[in-house]
Amino acid sequence: MTLGTTKTTLRLVGAAVAGAVALGGGTALAQTVKIGTPSFLTGAAAPAFGIPAKKGAELIVRGINNGELPAPYNNSGLAGRQIELLVYDEAGGGTKQVTELRNKVQKDNVDAIIGIISSGTCAALTKVAEELKVLTIQTVCGTPRVFEEINKDPKYVFRTINHATANNVSAARYLAAKMKDKVKGFAGINQNYAWGQDSWRDFELAMKTLIPAAKASTKPQFPKLFSGQYGTEISALSRSRENIVHSSFWGGDLEAFIGQASARGLFKRKAFVLTVGETVAYRLGKKFPQGIMAGTRGPYGMYVVDDQTPLNQWFQREYRKAYGSPPSQPAYQYAQGFLAAKYAYDKAAKAAGKFPSTDQVIAELRGATFPTFVGNVKMGLSKGHQAITDDRWGVTAWDEKRGEVVVKDVVVFPPECVNPPDGVGSIEWLKGGMKGASC
Amino acid sequence: MDFELLLVILVDGLVYSSYLFLVAVGLTVIFGVQKVLNVTHGAFYSFGAYLTAYLIGLWINDAEGGAFELLAFSLAVILIGSVFLGIVLGVLIERGLLKFLYTRDEHIVVLATFAGFLVLEDVILLIWGTDPYLAFRPLELMGSSEITGLIFDNYTFTMIGLSFLVAFVLWYGLNRTQFGKVLLAVIFDREVSMAMGINVTKIFLITFMIGTFLGALGGAYHAPIISVQPGIGVEVIVLAFAVVVIGGMGSIPGALIGAIVVGLSRAAAVHLYPELELFVIYAIMALVLIFRPEGLFAPIQARKI
Repeated sequence: MTLGTTKTTLRLVGAAVAGAVALGGGTALAQTVKIGTPSFLTGAAAPAFGIPAKKGAELIVRGINNGELPAPYNNSGLAGRQIELLVYDEAGGGTKQVTELRNKVQKDNVDAIIGIISSGTCAALTKVAEELKVLTIQTVCGTPRVFEEINKDPKYVFRTINHATANNVSAARYLAAKMKDKVKGFAGINQNYAWGQDSWRDFELAMKTLIPAAKASTKPQFPKLFSGQYGTEISALSRSRENIVHSSFWGGDLEAFIGQASARGLFKRKAFVLTVGETVAYRLGKKFPQGIMAGTRGPYGMYVVDDQTPLNQWFQREYRKAYGSPPSQPAYQYAQGFLAAKYAYDKAAKAAGKFPSTDQVIAELRGATFPTFVGNVKMGLSKGHQAITDDRWGVTAWDEKRGEVVVKDVVVFPPECVNPPDGVGSIEWLKGGMKGASC
Repeated sequence: MDFELLLVILVDGLVYSSYLFLVAVGLTVIFGVQKVLNVTHGAFYSFGAYLTAYLIGLWINDAEGGAFELLAFSLAVILIGSVFLGIVLGVLIERGLLKFLYTRDEHIVVLATFAGFLVLEDVILLIWGTDPYLAFRPLELMGSSEITGLIFDNYTFTMIGLSFLVAFVLWYGLNRTQFGKVLLAVIFDREVSMAMGINVTKIFLITFMIGTFLGALGGAYHAPIISVQPGIGVEVIVLAFAVVVIGGMGSIPGALIGAIVVGLSRAAAVHLYPELELFVIYAIMALVLIFRPEGLFAPIQARKI
C-alpha cells in the first residue's frame, strides 16, 4: 500500500463520516414535513371509510416521497422535503380528538393535519386548529357548518372536497334530468343524528325546487345510529306511496340495511338514492343492489375508474397492486388532500426560493385551483378555503367481466351547478330555490 | 286505521319482539338465579354473532349445495357455536370473576361485569379485527313470503319460533324437572338451600353457562341478518336491560311480555309516528317504573324465574 492510496482512503472515510453526520444531523433538524392524519382505525366507520382512507393516504405519500406521481406532481416530496406520515385513530369523539390534535401539534410537532372523516370531528377541531395555528386540510367530512357557522373567517383550516349539500342537490338534479315525470314522491331512511337529518333536509329542499310536483313523505324514517335491525322500517318503506327512497346510510348500517332490504325485495319495488352507497359497493360486490343511484360526493371511486388521466391511472393501478381492491371514495378524498398540500408547498417554495413557511403555503392554497385525479379542485367558497368540484350520479350495474360494481348512465354536474355561490349559506341557498346555480 | 296496516304492525312487532326476547332472556335468567346484573352479556351476544358470521363466511357464504343441506349446516354452526361459547365463556366469567363477588355489593358486581364486558369486546377486536362480517347466505336460502302484498323474509319468522321455543324450554325446565325445582329453591333462599345439601356453587355455574349460551345464541341467530361489526354488543345490552326492567328483573314471562310490549309499540311508532321510534322504548320503561318499580312481573318478596 502506498502513502498516496492511504491518504485517499482516509479522505474517503472522512468524507463518508462527514456525510453521515450531515445526514443524521439533518434528520434531527426536521428536514421532513410531519403530517398528522386522523382516520377511523377502529369502530363502525373504519371498514367503509377509515381503512380505505388510510390506504389512500399512505399510497399517495409513498408516491409523493418517491417522486412516482405523474406531472405536475412528479418531483419528490413537499417542497423537496420527505413527508413523515403519522396516521392516528379518529375514534372516541370530539373531546378526545381535541386532545389528540393538541398532542400532535404540541408534542409531535406536526406541520399540518390532513384528514378527518366525521363531521363531528371537523366541527370539534376547526376552532382548535385555528387557535393552534396548524394548517388543517379536511378531506371527507361533510357538514357545511364548518365554514358557514363555526369558522366564518378561516385562516388555517381548508376543506378539499364539496360539503354535503352539493351531493344531495346533484342527486335531485339527476332525478330531475332522468325521471322527472316518473317521480311520484320520495320517502327517506336516514340515521337519527346530524348527518342523516341534514342530508334529508338538503335533499327535500332541493327536490322542492327541482321537482315541485313530487311530495316528500310525511313519515321519513330516522332509526337510531347503529341499530342494525331495519325490518319494521323496510315494511313501512314498502308500504309507502312514494316511489323514491333517499338514504345517507353508511358503513355497517348500510350493509345491514342492504342485506335485509334485498331479502325483502325492496330494491325492486323502489328507486333508491344512496348518497354514499359507493363506499360499500366494492365490499359487497355482487350483493350490492343494481339499478340504484349510488353517490361518492364528487369525482371519485367508481365514477372515475376508467378515467384515463395519468394521475388517475397511477392511483388506480398502484392502489390495486398494493391492496388488492379498487380505491373507493375515501381513498380518493384523502389522497386529494395530500395533492392540495403538495400543490401549495411546491408553489410556495418556488415563489419564496426556499422551503416555505406555513403562512406562505396557506397563501398559495387559498382560492387555488389545483389539478386532481380527474379535473380540477377549485377552492371556490368561504374565502377560498372550501373546495368545489363537480359531482356525479349514475346507476349501478354488475360488470361480470371485471367482477366489480360499475356505474352507468352517468351525468356530471359542474361545481357551480350543485354548490351555492360564494358567500351564500347552503340552507339559505336551498330555501331560496338555488338561485345563481349555473349548470 | 286499516286492517292491513294492523297486520303489518303485528308481524313487524312480533319479529322485533323476538329479537328483543332473544337478547334479553339470558340476562334475566342470570339475574333471577344469581342476582347478578351481568353486563358481559353484551359481549356474549357479540361473540355469538362474530363466531357465527366468521364460520358462515368461511364455510357457507360461497359454498355450493342444496339449500336444505346448507341451511341445516348453518343452524348446526349456530347451535354448536353457542353451546361452545356458553361453556367456555360461562366457565371463564363465572369461575374467574363472579365467584369472587357473590358476597359483595351489587354495584361492585355491575362494575366488575362492565369491566369484563370491555375486556371481552377488545378480545373480539384482537381475534376478528375491525372489519364487519356478513353472513347473509342463510337469510337468502330461506327465501321469502308475502303477507298483505309485502315481502317478508322467512328467516325472521323462524326467529319468532325460536323465541317461543326458548321460552317454552325454560318454562318446562324450571317447572317440570328436578333441576328446575332445585333451582327454584336456590332462587327462593340461597342459604337454606345450601343447608339442605344443594350444591349452590354448581347450580350457579350451570345457570351462568345457560345464560351465556342464551346470550351467544341471540347473537349467533342474528348474525345472518345484521352486519357483524365492533360495538354491536353495546346496542344490545341497553335494549336487553330496558326489556328486562319492564318485564321485571329475573322473570322469564316478564322478559317475554316486556319484549312483546316494546316490540309492538315500536312497530306502531315506526309505521305511524316514526319520529317517536327512539323515544317509545324508554317511555314505556319510564311508565312501568312509575307504576310498578319492580317491573311488570317480578313479585317483590319471592323472586321467581
